[in-house]
Amino acid sequence: MVTHENGGGHGQHQPPSGFIRKWIFSIDHKVIGVQYLLLALFSVFVGMALSLLMRLHLGWPTAKFAFFHGGQMTPEQYLALMTMHGTIMVFMVLTTAPQSGFGNYFLPIQIGAADMAFPVLNMLSFWTTFVSLVVMICAFFVSGGAPIGGWTSYPPLSALGEIVGPGQGGGETLWIVGLAIFCGASLMGALNFITTLIDLRAKGMTLGRLPLTCWTWFVTAILGLLAFGVLLAACILLLLDRLAGTSFFIPGGLVVTDQVITWHKGGSPLLWQHLFWFFGHPEVYIAILPGMGVASHLLSTFSRKPVFGYRAMVGAVCGIGFLGFCVWGHHMFISGMSPYSAFAFSILTMTIGVPSAIKTFNWLGTLWGGKIQFNCAMLYALGFVSLFVSGGLSGLFLAQPALDLYLHDGYFVVAHFHLIMGVAAIFGMFAGLYFWFPKMFGRFMNEGIGKVHFWLTFIGVYAIFMPMHFLGLAGNPRRYSEMTAGPFLQKLQPVHVFISIAAFITIGAQLIFLFNFIWSLFAGKEAKDENPWHATTLEWSIPSPPPHDNFGGVEPVVYHGPYEFSVPGAADDFIPQHLAPELVRKAQ
Amino acid sequence: MPGTIVDDVELIDAGHGGGTPPPAGGDDDGDSSGSRRPIPRRAYFTALQLGLAAIVMFFMALASSYIVRKGLGVDWQSTPLPRVLWFNTAILLASSATIVLARKKLQSGEREAFQSWWWVTTGLGLLFLAGQVIAWRQLAAAGMLLATNPSSSFFYLLTAAHGAHLAGGILALFYVAFRPWSRSRISQSTAAELASIYWHFMDGLWIFLFALLTLGR
Repeated sequence: MVTHENGGGHGQHQPPSGFIRKWIFSIDHKVIGVQYLLLALFSVFVGMALSLLMRLHLGWPTAKFAFFHGGQMTPEQYLALMTMHGTIMVFMVLTTAPQSGFGNYFLPIQIGAADMAFPVLNMLSFWTTFVSLVVMICAFFVSGGAPIGGWTSYPPLSALGEIVGPGQGGGETLWIVGLAIFCGASLMGALNFITTLIDLRAKGMTLGRLPLTCWTWFVTAILGLLAFGVLLAACILLLLDRLAGTSFFIPGGLVVTDQVITWHKGGSPLLWQHLFWFFGHPEVYIAILPGMGVASHLLSTFSRKPVFGYRAMVGAVCGIGFLGFCVWGHHMFISGMSPYSAFAFSILTMTIGVPSAIKTFNWLGTLWGGKIQFNCAMLYALGFVSLFVSGGLSGLFLAQPALDLYLHDGYFVVAHFHLIMGVAAIFGMFAGLYFWFPKMFGRFMNEGIGKVHFWLTFIGVYAIFMPMHFLGLAGNPRRYSEMTAGPFLQKLQPVHVFISIAAFITIGAQLIFLFNFIWSLFAGKEAKDENPWHATTLEWSIPSPPPHDNFGGVEPVVYHGPYEFSVPGAADDFIPQHLAPELVRKAQ
Repeated sequence: MPGTIVDDVELIDAGHGGGTPPPAGGDDDGDSSGSRRPIPRRAYFTALQLGLAAIVMFFMALASSYIVRKGLGVDWQSTPLPRVLWFNTAILLASSATIVLARKKLQSGEREAFQSWWWVTTGLGLLFLAGQVIAWRQLAAAGMLLATNPSSSFFYLLTAAHGAHLAGGILALFYVAFRPWSRSRISQSTAAELASIYWHFMDGLWIFLFALLTLGR
């Protein structure tokens, strides 16, 4: 595990030259951060395209489309779309952009470091992630196509190979291999983040002065470090079942389309569920925590007030992270587990509501009495709070085993996780992007276009996902390609049509965002001031875009906490962290 | 706490010739030439500990799968463990002793003794892996292959996973032996210390896995 920085004996005196070293195999954390963001941007559009096709079929199940060779989408094709939609969105968007994207770019700067602890490892972790994406995308193109078992890939469906359906041959194998590669990449990244945070903080940057963005990147990295190893083990066991004839997960006595499976016996599909969800629950906190950090950061900055209850916020982040490892069983309430286990998992799950509520009330406390600036970044941060509450509340219902018996595998669950992950977390990313865009690229994103995008998206996602709660309560199962079986489902079809139309409009609205992003890169209003938002953290003390070594070879010194806004007695309504006390202007 | 540990003074090792000790307590090794700051020595130890934590989680997932799968009861058949495994264990324990010895020689400046004992350690590590392969072949000859029954599946899987990580450790031993340390940010002594922590951990992990396989059979 001995790793060294690039450059052998000579350090990096000047930035790298040559296109390949500068932009492709760069070891600069800022370039790597942008690479991750671009990977996530590509992936989110792929994921949205898949969901577009899904909603097309769900809204009009009997319609025939030219791109299905003039025919209808088959149920297996729908399931393949669904599987890859979930996989790509969860792993390639939600696990990469908030943490590896923004975290890579801004963590070193916010703590006053010149780069991550291990820049070469950082580069490796990006390119490993890239390889894992390529391997997964290849699943679409092999014979049989993409796998159909959902992003959760439960055995025995995922373990038996091609006999159980199209996509379960080569497609599933590529999926598992791609995921295993992703595990390696994530572990490397997590190790880098944590080491950097512990050992590379500038003088004066105590843990108590860390911006909340850094705290969330810290706890998220710890979650990743401890969880991805378990997923890797699970993937290896599944691959062995598929390719080597072992029976870790495959029980005996299975019959698949009249064929009795005699070459496997004794395994446990539940074992996969335990392993997967032991990883899977921390994973969803990995997806949301950085967004919480960004929300806290922006709500404070654009209310010109300190974060309400900074220490409680830190405690809540740590509490959410720790409890996240204790609740995996709530994904398995209908698996036949002992009701006493279910009770324990239920209580623990509800307990996570406590730190989450603390954070929510503290966000409101931060806003209360503040001088609020309603720019795009702030709108998205506010949207994050709204969506986090909406999505989080349904979690409390799902945490009751008695209720979950009915709601499991239905649209109530789909509504819950989409609001929390698919929207709140995404809003966290939008907020971060609008906020940090001037620092990263020296230009602003267009506020007018951004507000149009915000409102269309904000209303659109509520239109898409709120009705899904009712569908779930009405008994609509998930992972069904069409709701044509039986009158009780057919009656719900108009809701599906409404959701699909809302989805098309909302997905269309994302093109507005894409236009804004690309246009602003080249023609956005220049950010001449290095601190246009009058923010306090260290990234706003360096030029936009930052130089290769961030602080020009000089280690910054930190004198203040991260959210010194409207400090009584100070002339300005903010005190940057690096401003020496004697230089702070006093009010007259 | 990392912030309060004084960076160890680098004792005699190749290429540094008794250079100045790094500043105490700081988070910077004091390179003020304008090049990118080298990272503090303790960061390598932090990273190693984190890596070990991740490896522990990986093996704990496998170990708990072993326990669960065994407890299902249906088709678990004892896998007789080849006797060579005891010999391999002794070799690995011996290699832990020789790596300690090698580091002591390095610290007292006996470079050639350090190199000899370092090679002995490497050789013992390779011998361990060879012994594991022999164990596999003996088991295969007795008709117990990867998919024969869950017990044998776990035997091959756990020993292969451990062997793969140990092979990584052997690569680290080669790296410590061959890298030109005069041009590096850390000293060979630090690298040797890092490699030996990893090595002892692999030793301990093997004891754990061997005990699990023996008790679980």
